[in-house]
Amino acid sequence: MKVRARRRLTRGVAYAVFVGVLLLVVLAADWGRLAEAFLRPDVAGSMFPGVVTTALVNTLIYTLLAFVFGLVVGLALALARLSSVAPYRWFATAYIEIFRGLPALLVLFLVGYGIPLAFPDREIPGGLFGSVTVGLGATAAAYTAETLRAGIQAVPRGQTEAARSLGMSPTRAMISIVLPQALRIVLPPLTNEFVSLTKDTSLVYVLGVTAGTIELTKYAGDALNQQVNATPLVVAGLLYLVITLPLSQVVRLLERRSARAVR
Amino acid sequence: MPFVEIRDLHKSFGDNEVLRGIDFDVEAGEVVCLVGPSGSGKSTLLRCVNALEAATSGSVTVDGVELTDPDTDLDAARRHIGMVFQHFNLFPHLTVQGNITVAQRRVLRRSSSAAAAEARTQLSRVGLADRATAYPGQLSGGQQQRVAIARALAMHPGLMLFDEPTSALDPELVGDVLTVMRKLAEEGMTMIVVTHEMSFARDVASRVVFMDAGRIIETGPPADVLANPQHERTRTFLQRVLQPGRG
Repeated sequence: MKVRARRRLTRGVAYAVFVGVLLLVVLAADWGRLAEAFLRPDVAGSMFPGVVTTALVNTLIYTLLAFVFGLVVGLALALARLSSVAPYRWFATAYIEIFRGLPALLVLFLVGYGIPLAFPDREIPGGLFGSVTVGLGATAAAYTAETLRAGIQAVPRGQTEAARSLGMSPTRAMISIVLPQALRIVLPPLTNEFVSLTKDTSLVYVLGVTAGTIELTKYAGDALNQQVNATPLVVAGLLYLVITLPLSQVVRLLERRSARAVR
Repeated sequence: MPFVEIRDLHKSFGDNEVLRGIDFDVEAGEVVCLVGPSGSGKSTLLRCVNALEAATSGSVTVDGVELTDPDTDLDAARRHIGMVFQHFNLFPHLTVQGNITVAQRRVLRRSSSAAAAEARTQLSRVGLADRATAYPGQLSGGQQQRVAIARALAMHPGLMLFDEPTSALDPELVGDVLTVMRKLAEEGMTMIVVTHEMSFARDVASRVVFMDAGRIIETGPPADVLANPQHERTRTFLQRVLQPGRG
């Protein structure tokens, strides 16, 4: 009886504190000013349709390009890391350790400005899109490689043995048996990688974007300067969430499904 | 010349010598059961017969091809040596049909219709003709193991290796798998079976090989080795296996 009473009291206090803080915030806040700063319909309206048709679309394109680059290079690195040829392993390990340790912004600067300085008569194909693909993809590749390596190693050894016992070569066993299972295992972490790449595209503006190549964060920043109002930041934030929230939901679904799958 | 010929086979894992000089032949059409206590090296010996384990020294020859020769194309040699594993090792991302056709198509380059027809033939052989579209996760252990047997048979092997095929099964599912193996033996398949199923060894084996500590202790027809063992170690082992709880 005494224990139950005390438990009830603890819970009551917890609710009381929550309601108290909430009330304090609601009463103390100047709602008019907040709405004026963050939620002006006319400012929000002036951003459309450009914020979607140009900025959101470019954000998605940058993300996809970097992700695909990261996936392809990451797969090569993961296989190199598991290779029986030692120099491949060394190279892959060095690459992964280096690029996971560098800020994405620094790598973007290196690719966007460093490489043009070093090779003035050459150009990364695709202009800004090429630079972004490599600049963001180089970092993504390091993370993707580690994810894929873990996935490949999570496929039981018996799978490879069964494939080899049927006469498959190591390459064939990897392609037909191991990789399809590994990709399924790493789908949730890969989706997370996609989400964080989406956010990293906000760095692209440092390479100097034009009206045609602008992405969400820069678009919102420009609008913020012009209108001297924070509503564009809210709009851009909501548009990021339009991309990332469904993906997080997909991850949760995939995780639940793989938790349910037998063996 | 015997179908399988093993000469002075040694296998070590680091400092641990698992096989200490094995000499052993299997004639075409023979069913040989390898029995012995766990750790005696019988599974390792079996895995050397299709070179899943590389021999440390000695030679293994199957159907005239020396697997221990560094110039041998092992992938080509393994096409015609079927293997069935204790834990089935079906490919969980493929359907039953996919499991049976993938190597036919990718390794033997059969057309997908020919591979599918072969899969149907082998599935009815193991009594699972109606489960072609199921995934391994939807099957019982006994069904999975029979699919694994069908998968190996679809390659038309000249030799089948079984590595404790019923050890991971619930007791009531063992019978179905043994029935399939028994039928296979009657049809003349050359088989090497690592097993603890003494009744299967007694009824089906043409020869029983008893191993202990990496050596073959005795070998002969099941009536001799199982009913009238010559060596003390064989007797002790059989007492433990045949009278569980009293060993």
